[in-house]
Amino acid sequence: MGEAIVITSGKGGVGKTTTSANLGTALALQGKKVCLVDTDIGLRNLDVVMGLENRIIYDLVDVVEGRCKIHQALVKDKRFEDLLYLLPAAQTTDKSAVTPEQMKKLIEQLKQDYDYIVIDCPAGIEQGYKNAVAGADKAIVVTTPEVSAVRDADRIIGLLEKEENIEPPKLIINRIRNHLMKNGDMLDVDEITTHLSIDLIGIVADDDEVIKASNHGEPIALNPNSKASVAYRNIARRILGESIPLQSLEDSGKGMFFKIKKFFGVR
Amino acid sequence: MKKRQNVIIKGTKDGLTLHLDDSCSYQDLKRELDLKLSANTRANGENQLIPVHVQLGNRYLSEEQKEEIKALIRQKKNLVVDKIDSNVLTKEEAESIRGKAEVLTVARIIRSGQILEVPGDLLLVGDVNPGGTVRAGGNIFIMGALKGIAHAGCGGDEQAIIAASSMKPSQLRISDCINRAPDIVESEEKHEMECAYIDDNRQIVVDRLQGLIHLRPNLTRLED
Repeated sequence: MGEAIVITSGKGGVGKTTTSANLGTALALQGKKVCLVDTDIGLRNLDVVMGLENRIIYDLVDVVEGRCKIHQALVKDKRFEDLLYLLPAAQTTDKSAVTPEQMKKLIEQLKQDYDYIVIDCPAGIEQGYKNAVAGADKAIVVTTPEVSAVRDADRIIGLLEKEENIEPPKLIINRIRNHLMKNGDMLDVDEITTHLSIDLIGIVADDDEVIKASNHGEPIALNPNSKASVAYRNIARRILGESIPLQSLEDSGKGMFFKIKKFFGVR
Repeated sequence: MKKRQNVIIKGTKDGLTLHLDDSCSYQDLKRELDLKLSANTRANGENQLIPVHVQLGNRYLSEEQKEEIKALIRQKKNLVVDKIDSNVLTKEEAESIRGKAEVLTVARIIRSGQILEVPGDLLLVGDVNPGGTVRAGGNIFIMGALKGIAHAGCGGDEQAIIAASSMKPSQLRISDCINRAPDIVESEEKHEMECAYIDDNRQIVVDRLQGLIHLRPNLTRLED
């Protein structure tokens, strides 16, 4: 029996889909059997980020409406031997095509065969969000160090805390731009975590490679040399229960020095 | 056998006190009250209103019945009901009174989009994040950071106060006064252990917590 993790954020464009793709990939790299589920019906793009768009035959709505068997709709990722699958969202209908009960049943079914189900949640807090959350056991909230993203994350955490079947959510801070954070122009990691007061499960630096890789349909987690890739792999290992210290955004000495400078008010 | 009187009228220096018996039926009571008051009507020329204090004992009267009694008494010359007292409360009334007098402790973070409302005083162990709202009929005490909206005395109590360990609200409301955060924030100020109250000019002021001892002595409920 596997566990289902929903990746959500409230705000759009903070990197839910990228995070889902990379966590799924990183978990598969750890030898786990993973199924990615795209619940962004009508605006799917997890398949594009994974580079699996051309292989889609059936989608989530087809499964729910009984037009095909669940295994027929699953798209296998050839880069992994039978470890990574994607259940794509439908592109033709909208979010109301599926109900939370149907999603719950679907996820239950998938949990029989997979170690991890990674559910990519659409932006917003309406039907799409409710569908995505329905079957989940755990939740990861993605935010960026921007006030608007943190505000929406706060709202989402409030909603997630009301869900009885979901464990307290974990936090990923995405797209950290070190120079801005250093100058105090961006919210820093501590500030965000105290504000949201949930456990931090990982930080990911803003990395051009991520965009390049997504555009090629290759999750960055496959490239071991990138900083973001290491960050995602670390998160995957933390999900598996290992305890790994947070990646330093640069040499820790500088960070300390900066803190001292800030203390004395030197800019 | 002499019938017990259902209505006893007593004169005091503040007016009249009517003791209404609580074991007879309401109809009997009304009849006797009507009778007694009619009999007692003396044609005194002075049109001075006499306040009447009605004691119901262990009888419960609904709002409608109270109005009836008031009307009945008002019909008689220069009598006006000042106050109706009863030893009995409905469960609802009792609950609401208890709710208003109680300090409710809540250990939670009020996040964006969430509203927490209590009838009496609120003691929040946790933060109010931006976009979150706490509302109380009485005072609000926050053992954490207030970064959202707090509305104390929302039933109209202007004596209510808002206190927080870290006072950085986006808006403060007490009764019907509203105060919002300045647009330019002096970020270095700490704003620790502060409280907000309505001052003599009906403005919400934020000040040190310690000043409250003199401003709101009623906050202390401990009797010594």
